Amino acid sequence: MTTDLGQFALYCAILLACAPLLGGYMYRVYSGQRVLLSPVFKPVEKVIYRICGIDAQASQHWSRYAVTLLAFNAAGWVLLFAILRLQHLLPWNPAGLAPMSSDLAFNTAVSFVTNTNWQAYGGETSLSYFSQMVGLTMQNFVSASTGMAVAVAVIRGFAGRKVRDLGNFHVDMTRGVLYILLPLSIIAAIFLMSQGVPQNLNSYVDATTLEGTKQVLAQGPAASQIAIKQLGTNGGGFFNVNSSHPYENPTALSNLLQMVYILLIPAAFCFLFGKMVNDKRQGIAIFAVMAVLFVGGFAATYSAEKAGNALLTNSSKIIADPGNMEGKETRFGILNSTLWATATTAASNGSVNAMHDSLTPLGGMVTMLNMQLGEIVYGGVGAGFYGMLLFVVLTVFIAGLMVGRTPEYLGKKIEAREIKLAVLAILTMPIGILVFGALSATVPVAMTAVQDAGPHGLSEILYAYSSATGNNGSAFAGFGAGMPFHTTLQGIAMLLGRYGFIIPILAIAGSLGTKNVVPVSGGTFPTHGPLFVTLLIAVILIVGGLTFFPALALGPIAEHFAMLAGIAY
Amino acid sequence: MKKTENSRLLDGALVRTASIEAFRKLDPRIMIRNPVMFMVEAGAVMATVISIHTGMTGGPDLSALIQITVWLWFTVLFANFAEAVAEGRGKARADSLRSTNKETQAKKLRNGEKTAVEMVASSRLSPGDFVLVEAGDVIPVDGEIVEGIASVDESAITGESAPVIRESGGDRSAVTGGTRIVSDWLKVRVTAKPGESFLDRMIAMVEGAQRQKTPNEIALNILLVGMSIIFLIVVVTLEPFALFSGTSIPMAFLIALLVTLIPTTIGGLLSAIGIAGMDRLVKANVIAKSGRAVEASGDVDTLLLDKTGTITFGNRMADEFVPLKGVTDREVAEAAAIASLADDTPEGKSIVELAGKLFDFRGDKSKLSKAIAFSAETRMSGADIGEDEYRKGAGDAMRAYAEAGPQVAELGRIVDGIAKSGGTPLVVAKNHKIMGVIHLKDIIKPGIRERFAELRAMGIRTVMITGDNPLTAAAIAAEAGVDDFLAEATPEKKLELIRQEQEGGRLVAMCGDGSNDAPALAQADVGVAMNDGTQAAREAGNLVDLDSDPTKLIEIVQVGKQLLISRGALTTFSIANDVAKYFAILPALFIAAYPQLGALNIMGLASPQSAILSAVIFNALIIIALIPLALRGVRFTPGSAAALLRRNLLIYGLGGLIVPFVGIKVIDLLINAVGLV
Repeated sequence: MTTDLGQFALYCAILLACAPLLGGYMYRVYSGQRVLLSPVFKPVEKVIYRICGIDAQASQHWSRYAVTLLAFNAAGWVLLFAILRLQHLLPWNPAGLAPMSSDLAFNTAVSFVTNTNWQAYGGETSLSYFSQMVGLTMQNFVSASTGMAVAVAVIRGFAGRKVRDLGNFHVDMTRGVLYILLPLSIIAAIFLMSQGVPQNLNSYVDATTLEGTKQVLAQGPAASQIAIKQLGTNGGGFFNVNSSHPYENPTALSNLLQMVYILLIPAAFCFLFGKMVNDKRQGIAIFAVMAVLFVGGFAATYSAEKAGNALLTNSSKIIADPGNMEGKETRFGILNSTLWATATTAASNGSVNAMHDSLTPLGGMVTMLNMQLGEIVYGGVGAGFYGMLLFVVLTVFIAGLMVGRTPEYLGKKIEAREIKLAVLAILTMPIGILVFGALSATVPVAMTAVQDAGPHGLSEILYAYSSATGNNGSAFAGFGAGMPFHTTLQGIAMLLGRYGFIIPILAIAGSLGTKNVVPVSGGTFPTHGPLFVTLLIAVILIVGGLTFFPALALGPIAEHFAMLAGIAY
Repeated sequence: MKKTENSRLLDGALVRTASIEAFRKLDPRIMIRNPVMFMVEAGAVMATVISIHTGMTGGPDLSALIQITVWLWFTVLFANFAEAVAEGRGKARADSLRSTNKETQAKKLRNGEKTAVEMVASSRLSPGDFVLVEAGDVIPVDGEIVEGIASVDESAITGESAPVIRESGGDRSAVTGGTRIVSDWLKVRVTAKPGESFLDRMIAMVEGAQRQKTPNEIALNILLVGMSIIFLIVVVTLEPFALFSGTSIPMAFLIALLVTLIPTTIGGLLSAIGIAGMDRLVKANVIAKSGRAVEASGDVDTLLLDKTGTITFGNRMADEFVPLKGVTDREVAEAAAIASLADDTPEGKSIVELAGKLFDFRGDKSKLSKAIAFSAETRMSGADIGEDEYRKGAGDAMRAYAEAGPQVAELGRIVDGIAKSGGTPLVVAKNHKIMGVIHLKDIIKPGIRERFAELRAMGIRTVMITGDNPLTAAAIAAEAGVDDFLAEATPEKKLELIRQEQEGGRLVAMCGDGSNDAPALAQADVGVAMNDGTQAAREAGNLVDLDSDPTKLIEIVQVGKQLLISRGALTTFSIANDVAKYFAILPALFIAAYPQLGALNIMGLASPQSAILSAVIFNALIIIALIPLALRGVRFTPGSAAALLRRNLLIYGLGGLIVPFVGIKVIDLLINAVGLV
């Protein structure tokens, strides 16, 4: 318990120390100021703009920004889809893997373009090195940079005063990859290699285990892809079992680094925000909201796993009760497994180092709820922050009236247009999770994907669609997502969860940007300080969370009380 | 129609008409205007059909079904009732206004000639026509006086029974249709089309007939509809999830869940809050030309206030007697008072009064042998008693009048000192010998300083507008405690100031009466025109104060704020309520599928049926319980936004979480005690 607490504190301390620094650095990068790496990347940046014919000075209206982004992502999708379908004709395929089926390729391409990295396939058994390195890794970078660009553009709108434009997508995209994602990934990749993660293009190796059985050891350029999968909250594993694989996550240090990387950029956005709006307190308030929800979620998961499952302990001959260790690596233990599980679902990362399907009902529920809130507890890179801003807009509108003025945030009046757009965005979560989930629970073909009887079966469905709509990518492994029904519906859910947020929030930012700023006075609704933090948490839980309470009651909550009552299904 | 503080929110007659209205409003074509309550009505219709079907086929839970159905209908009716009550309160006033808006015969002047009178119906007058109105006549329509002066009884509109003077030219040249001339006559140019007069608009406004949703109300409505759609998704998808879990939830129970989850409390009371806010303004004798103006007044950041009449009493008054060396206070006071005995201006009177107060001076006008009136030429006035000459006047004029002497330097110091402090010095002399100086001062209204401090706490900046020179203005501004001032103000400067404030993102409110105020009134976000002002000013403002009291601006701001706070408070309350409702209904719905979910029944409600029914009943009753709050508005105490938020969040946020837990439990106990389920 004490060591657990110590490790948790260490983790938080590292994040708290790094996030503001990175936020400050990102502020300089996105505002085009000189940074340490400018001598290296400035020329590269210029060359890219020249080759692509981009006018780096041209600023874009929100709609132009959105269209550019959609076109860029669509092109990325086409390219990735083509690579996956043609991988047998492309180089770097030592295992001689066949092309991916079209529905699976659709699902996978959508998954990586939307920064979800839901994997309906097994990495080492279905993808060539070329597909992994050129196809997936590229999207790992650009989908992450897309989210970051949107968040930066949105913040510009919130911070601006009578501005028409939100910046230039090409420039934000390029800078995000060059100055932020690339250097941080290189550092992590080198560190991971030092911990024993492979980085090669070798053929798979045959080995004989101590028991004398033959085993194929998959190889490949893992370290580089793992670095970006964590940093960009992508989460798609190089190997099928993701970061519980000893090649993907060999040591305690590699585990710590990966966990820090999951939340690093999302947390840094709070501080970037504070700098961009020229009021650090605003960023800190949002950071605090995320921190409370994160620590709360972790505490719930940790205690649920620690308490374990009495049904299991009573039936077997376990003497010392270690808590619920099913589906966990003994080398990580309960703390590192639950901390990872909380972080990866809070951050829309989706990489795992333990099997979420085997979490206790309450532990599983927290991970699900993290996603259902819209992936805003730090959330995906950029995506988490703009998702949170949506709740801020709603909170300010609901409670801001109580000070007797038209609600305003950062001096911008929140009016009908903003509310309309915010409501549109908020609707995507219940549609993607509840409507698609209900379809999956009704259509007989879809129901065959469910492995378990009883409430846990429903949890598997809910988790799958929460993960897709929230652009998380992790899964309850019992759910057979490979069938065309689910690959297609999941693909739609991922698109909905991604662009159903991006377009309205960009429009909100565009609208707010054109507004004048009301100067702060004693009559201004305070959006910093503990009162607002409490309020925002309450709105997130009541408006965002309660929506899913009935469904959760039939899933994990029913399962929890069943477990306590000694009922098994 | 004077400010009748209607302390009782509801009286018998009002309740009766509102109850009938509540049923009339069930018409779906009317209901659709309120989407949240329309959803409830649709639910109630479905529940009715289900109940009838169950009754005929002998299905289960019939008693609970019927009761749920009845309470769903009550929910709709209660919301309709709230709106009808709010409207009803306005209607009473509209009816009395309408009685003055009768068709009258008007004396139309052909070609504007006073001799060519033609009798026409008032409804046939059009703008540009000239009419003659004589003593005893009712002014047929709104207009501008082009000739004449008359006393007009405007009690029909303002409630003030004393007649007011209206004359051509100047700032008192507008007349309102429906008011009556008491004496003399007026020639009036018609300015309003029939049916679009001030009175017509006032009636429409008060009645709420032309009520359009205000911007903030529209935004809130969108949010409420959005939340209702989300909850609709929640409820509709619940059945497949339940079926997957091996149970089926009765349709009526799903409807009950939906109705309790969607924000019916605020949805049902939203329009009542808006109408009641308007009504509060009407009670303060202010007519808003649009709801938008009322809302904007809550947002005001900067108040432009005319010095005269708002901050000061408007007349300079004697404040102090300053003697020269060798003269006593008393001597100066007496000389000043005698010099002012014949002076009937407020200034003169105040000098006599002050002398009386300080030195018990009793002047007798009959003792005066001669009275010297003020003239622009001499710039002094005074009186003689016997051979003694008493004079008072401006510094330089008096210096010319008095004998030269060593006291000139001393006098100069005193005069300058008074001028610098914002006062006006009047020099007093007796028999060509200067005695001292009277300090005339703008007297600040009592309590105004505290008012400004309150406004500051609310984050509102006050700017004093005055024609005084900057020195005087600064002194008065400091004394009154305003944040800023505009000295030597001209209409152009005022307009410029408003533009400047708006450019800085601030919302500006001001009041004005003169024609030259019209551009500024139109530019301001909240422009309050004085009813006794010119027609141009009344057209330009978006609010009209019937009492013509410039201080009213502060009250208007508070009404605007209160309106917004009421909306926010009830929205928060409504949303917070959902937590308890989930805990009441969900275990009841799922107990069949998973008996262990009984653990969620933390209120310990007796049975699934009684739990659902209790939640539905609570949901309906809370609307009725909150009608008085919606009509009266949430209590508003001036203070900082942070303090307001803390207080309201505690009451309506935390209260909204806790109240339904208690309420539902109590209802559950009651209905089980009575044996309803």
